[in-house]
Amino acid sequence: MSDVVLSLQKLHKRFGALQATNDVSLDLQQGEIHALIGPNGAGKSTLIGQIAGNIRPDEGRVYLADTEITGMNIAQRARLGLGRSFQVSSLAEPLSVMRNVMMGVQALQSHSFRFWKPVARDQQLLEPAYEALERMQLSHRAWTPVSELSHGERRQVEVACALALKPRALLLDEPMAGLGPEGSAKLTELLEALKLEVPILLIEHDMEAVFRLADRISVLVSGSVIAHGDSQAIRQDPRVREAYLGDSDA
Amino acid sequence: MTNNTSSGTTAIALAPKADRHFDRKGLVQMALLGLLLLVPIAAYFMGHIYYVNLASRMTIIAMAAVGLNLAIGYGGMVSFGHAAYFGLGGYVAGISAYHAFDYSLFMSWPISVPGSDSLLVVWLVAALLCALLALAIGAISLRTTGVYFIMITLAFAQMIYYFANSWPTYGGEDGLPIYIRNTLPLVDSSNSLTYFLICFTGLVLAMAITSRLMKSRFGAALTMARLNDVRLATAGISPYPIRLVAFVISAAITGLAGALYADLNGFVSPTSLSWHFSGELMVIVILGGVGRLYGPLAGAVLFVMMETLLGGITQYWQLFLGLVLLGVVLFAKHGVMGWLAGREHNE
Ligand SMILES: Nc1ncnc2c1ncn2[C@@H]1O[C@H](COP(=O)(O)OP(=O)(O)OP(=O)(O)O)[C@@H](O)[C@H]1O
Ligand SMILES: [Mg+2]
Repeated sequence: MSDVVLSLQKLHKRFGALQATNDVSLDLQQGEIHALIGPNGAGKSTLIGQIAGNIRPDEGRVYLADTEITGMNIAQRARLGLGRSFQVSSLAEPLSVMRNVMMGVQALQSHSFRFWKPVARDQQLLEPAYEALERMQLSHRAWTPVSELSHGERRQVEVACALALKPRALLLDEPMAGLGPEGSAKLTELLEALKLEVPILLIEHDMEAVFRLADRISVLVSGSVIAHGDSQAIRQDPRVREAYLGDSDA
Repeated sequence: MTNNTSSGTTAIALAPKADRHFDRKGLVQMALLGLLLLVPIAAYFMGHIYYVNLASRMTIIAMAAVGLNLAIGYGGMVSFGHAAYFGLGGYVAGISAYHAFDYSLFMSWPISVPGSDSLLVVWLVAALLCALLALAIGAISLRTTGVYFIMITLAFAQMIYYFANSWPTYGGEDGLPIYIRNTLPLVDSSNSLTYFLICFTGLVLAMAITSRLMKSRFGAALTMARLNDVRLATAGISPYPIRLVAFVISAAITGLAGALYADLNGFVSPTSLSWHFSGELMVIVILGGVGRLYGPLAGAVLFVMMETLLGGITQYWQLFLGLVLLGVVLFAKHGVMGWLAGREHNE
């Protein structure tokens, strides 16, 4: 078995006249951060959606390790070890951080048709969720309602939710957006430590973070991958500079 | 071994506990339940059987609303067709008594099914049939959301309503009388106070089950399905089966209440299947406080009291009900319970 954890093969997705994903093939390997960059509307989130199961591709296949997951629903993919965060955080606001993170632990341990034992005192659920929170340095907020968290903390909770699934691959959609320099730096550090355990497909506009974190970078423009390589190569690629980084600073 | 010594994180991992049993909410709830229990007992010994039966009616309606509250309040599934289960439960009691009365068979082929005058049998059958019906209706309806879900649950209930109306064997639109109340071993169910206590036990059990359920893993998943179903799916749990099971349990509780109601009145008719009744149950849930354990009880007490007191003065009493509902929706978003007992916390 190779160390390819996730692979996309010739994905296509059309929204009416708009080709949002155009023949995209890429993969994610053990131990790496693979960054996906591209201008607004390039189709990055649409691609993540097709991997996670929120969006059905028109054509193409998605594999998690050796398992084809193209036909599976979101929950099945998650249980197989696909963790994701959303560009606009999607949490249950009135509930505590813990209650949000716990769901993933619950999904892994058993089916949810357990009607009797209260979760509030269930160490089997609480401890792994707590660990996931500690990984994101958020355990002190475990019992705070999500609605009281700052924007940056919510992004971290999203990652903790994904970690609770003990994922084999992480899909993070702009985790640094709106964090501010300090928050970005902190999250960059956390992700750097994390990638040793879980490979990450990272969508990010913060170029500083991308160039620091990414082992490989793919550049998506109008639904197509126009360039692929390590930081060095991407920085120097003329097509990328033109399409995305902006020719002006050349 | 105690919990605290097992690991360093254990103690911190537990939720901070608010162990004030006698806070405002606890007092209001105990008062409600206590009055509902004690007033009919006092009335019985003062010879006012009418009030005992009125309390039974309140209790049963509250139990039906507890069922609906599980769907609407806890599951976010706004069913406009819960009369179907209430009525089906009632018809199980009625039809069972009808065949037990003249020793005829409900059906003779492929298996022979006689009637029964045992409440336990009636309850079991009512709960099972309502669960099955809800499984079928829910399986289809839960593929839709929002207004479509409301309309499709209404449509299914209306189908059953018209079916009962046009089935002459069991009285059609005239309804079906129950000449002798179904019985329980050891106790005399025909005694009004005894029957009230049976209904009261049913209500308390329904509330206890709801409460326990909502604290379990299933309840955690259902809550997440209501608040953010994409999050639930992303966490690896499919919302659809969770909702469907909650819908089925909800229907079974409402169906049991329907069976109790038919035996209380000695009568069941298509009225109990009508959309008016579905609407009344919704009104009760909203009046009391959506998604609150004691909401259906508070709502049912208020509803039946208004119906009895105002309904005695004017046949337009529902105008006042409308005004009260308007007041609740506008000024007390968390219903009567929210207003009396303060906001509910999620943790
Ligand atoms: N459900 C949809 N229906 C129709 N068009 C859509 C849909 N979702 C996305 N699009 C369009 O597809 C294109 C790609 O959107 P996508 O959200 O994937 O971009 P993105 O690369 O994530 O952009 P951003 O950097 O702004 O997040 C956009 O033009 C968007 O308007
Ligand atoms: Mg996006």
